[in-house]
Amino acid sequence: MTAVLFLLRGVILVMLWGFVIAAVVAVRHDVFGTRRPASQPAGRSAPSRPQRAAEQKQPKRSVARRLVVVEGDLAGQTVALSDSPITLGRADDSTLVLTDDYASTRHARLVPRGDSWLIEDLGSTNGTYLDRQRITAPTPVPVGVQIRIGKTVLELRR
Amino acid sequence: MTAAAAPSHRRGTELALVLFGVAITVVAYANVGLAHDQSVPTSTLAYGLGLAALFLAAHFVVRRFAPYADPVLLPAAAALNGLGLVLIRRLDLAAADRATGNHTTVPHPAAPLQLEWTVIGVALFVGVLIVIRDHRRLEQYTYTAMVAALVLLAIPAVLPASHSAVNGARIWIRFGGFSFQPGEVAKLALIVFFAGYLVRKRELLALAGRRVAGIDLPRARDMGPLLVAWGVSLLILVRESDLGSSLLFFGIFLVILYVATQRASWLIIGLAMFVVGSLVAGHYIDHVHVRFEAWLHPFDEKIYNAPFGGSYQLAQGLFGMATGGIFGTGLGQGRPDIVPFANTDFIMSSVGEELGLAGVMAILTLYLLIVARGLRAAIGTRDAFGKLLAAGLAFGLALQVFVQVGGVTRLVPLTGLTLPFLSYGGSSLVSNWVVLALLLRISDAVRRPTAATAQPPTPDEAATMVVRR
Repeated sequence: MTAVLFLLRGVILVMLWGFVIAAVVAVRHDVFGTRRPASQPAGRSAPSRPQRAAEQKQPKRSVARRLVVVEGDLAGQTVALSDSPITLGRADDSTLVLTDDYASTRHARLVPRGDSWLIEDLGSTNGTYLDRQRITAPTPVPVGVQIRIGKTVLELRR
Repeated sequence: MTAAAAPSHRRGTELALVLFGVAITVVAYANVGLAHDQSVPTSTLAYGLGLAALFLAAHFVVRRFAPYADPVLLPAAAALNGLGLVLIRRLDLAAADRATGNHTTVPHPAAPLQLEWTVIGVALFVGVLIVIRDHRRLEQYTYTAMVAALVLLAIPAVLPASHSAVNGARIWIRFGGFSFQPGEVAKLALIVFFAGYLVRKRELLALAGRRVAGIDLPRARDMGPLLVAWGVSLLILVRESDLGSSLLFFGIFLVILYVATQRASWLIIGLAMFVVGSLVAGHYIDHVHVRFEAWLHPFDEKIYNAPFGGSYQLAQGLFGMATGGIFGTGLGQGRPDIVPFANTDFIMSSVGEELGLAGVMAILTLYLLIVARGLRAAIGTRDAFGKLLAAGLAFGLALQVFVQVGGVTRLVPLTGLTLPFLSYGGSSLVSNWVVLALLLRISDAVRRPTAATAQPPTPDEAATMVVRR
C-alpha cells in the first residue's frame, strides 16, 4: 500500500507538471504563430503550401493579401484583406483602430475594386498621404507603396 | 467547424487539455480515497465522468460561441477547480474523522456544496458566452455597473451584523441557510465600471501637470477619481473589516488607471497613498493591527496563543508546508486539517503539505498562465475598452493570488481573500467563472480574423456591431 501511495504521489506531480508544460507548449506555438514583418521576406520568397493553393484557386482576385503597419504605435500589426472595405481611424469600430494623436476618428477607408484597392480620405484633419502625395479623391493603392496617416505608415503586401 | 478545416481555432488543443485536467482530478480523487480507506472509492468513475461532462459542455459552448478564444484559459481553470474539489473533500474526510474520534457531530461536508457551486459557475460561464457576443456591449453599462457595485458593497455594511458578519468580517449576506459574498460580484462590476469610465476620461487624466524629479505629476484637480477610489476602499476596510477586498479594489483601479493613461506617476502616487493608508490602518484599526502583529511575530508565544486573531493559523500553515517539503507527504497522508479554515484561506498550505513545493509551483504556474493569457488578450484587443477590461480582469486575478498566497507564506500580512477556483466558497468560484468567460470572449475577438467581424454573417451579430459613443 505504501508503495502504491508513493507511486501515486509521483504520478500526480508528474501529471500536474505535464499539464503545465502541455499548456505552455500550446501557448508558445500560438505566440510564434503571429509573425512580425521582420521575418516576412523569407516567407514571401517561399510561400507555404496552403497559400499557393489559395492563389491558384482564385487567380489574381486580389493581389494584395494583407495590410501591414510599417511605422507608428501599431508597427507590426497586420490586417488580413477580404472583400470588405477597411476603415482606418481612432474610432473603436474601425477595422484598424489607430492610436495615433494625428489621426482623426474616422480618417480614411480602403475599398476593394476588382483586383486593386482604393484609398479614400474621409475628411480627416491632417490628411492621408499616398507615396508623399496628399490624396483628394479615391486613389488606387499599388502593393508596397506607403500610405501615411499621422505618424502611422501602412502598406499593402502580397 | 472541424479542427482540420480551421487549425487556427485551436479548439482541439483545448479539448485535449480539458480532458488532461479532468484526468489529474480523477487520479487525485482516487489517491485521496486510497490513502483514507485503503481502497479506490467506488464513486471515482462517476465523479470523473460527471466532471468531464461538465467541463466538456463548457468546451463545446466555447467551440460554438467563441471559436477563436484562447485554448489554455478554460483547461487551466478546470484543472484548478477539479483539484480544489479534491482538496476540499480530503479536508472533509479529515474533519469527519476528527469528529468521530471526539464523539462530536460530524460537520456538514463542504465538497458537495462546492460541486454544486461549480455547476452553477460553469452554467454562468456558458450563459455569459452565449449572451454577451461582443464585450464592447458592456461599455454601455458603465454607470449601471458602478451603481450595482456600490449597492452590493454597501449591503453588508448596512445589514445588522447577525446577517452580515462571519468571524468578524462583515462581508456577507446571510439569510437562513443561504449565504453569499456580494463583494465578489462587486469586484467584477467595478472592473467593468473602471474600464468604461477611464476609457472616457483617460485623455484628461493623461494631461501632465508640474514636473518633479523627472516625473510628470498629474494636475491636482485630476486627482479626484483616485481620491474617491482610495476613500471607498478605506471605508470598506473600516466598516466591513475586509482587508483583502479593500486592497484588491484599490490595486485594480490603480492598474487600470495606469494602463489607460500610460503614466507611471499615477502608480507612484497610488502606491504612496497605499503606504499611508496601510500605516494609518495598521495603527488605528484594531483588526488590521492584529493582522500586522501576527504577520511580523507569528512565533511569539503571546500572539500564537491569542484566543482571537492570533497567529495560530498562520504558524500551523507554515508548519504544514515545512512538513511537506519539496515533494509533499502525498494526498491524504498529511495533516492539513490542523490549520483552521484550511479549505478556504489556507488551501495553499494544504497543497504545500501534501503535494509539496513541486505542487505549489505547478499551481502557481497555472495561475501565471491564466493571467498571462488574459494580458495577452488585452495587448491584442483593438478597442480601448476591451483592453482595459481584459487588463483589469487579468490583473485582478493576479493580485488576488499574490495577496492570498503571499499571506499564507508570510510574505505579506494575511487577508481574508479566497484563492480563485481552488478555495471553498461559492461566491468566489462563480464570479471567477464569469471573469474567465469574459477573458475568453475578449481573446476570441482578438484572434478572430477581421473578415469575420467586418461581414457579420447573421443579423444577430450585426446588432452587436452598433457600439457607438
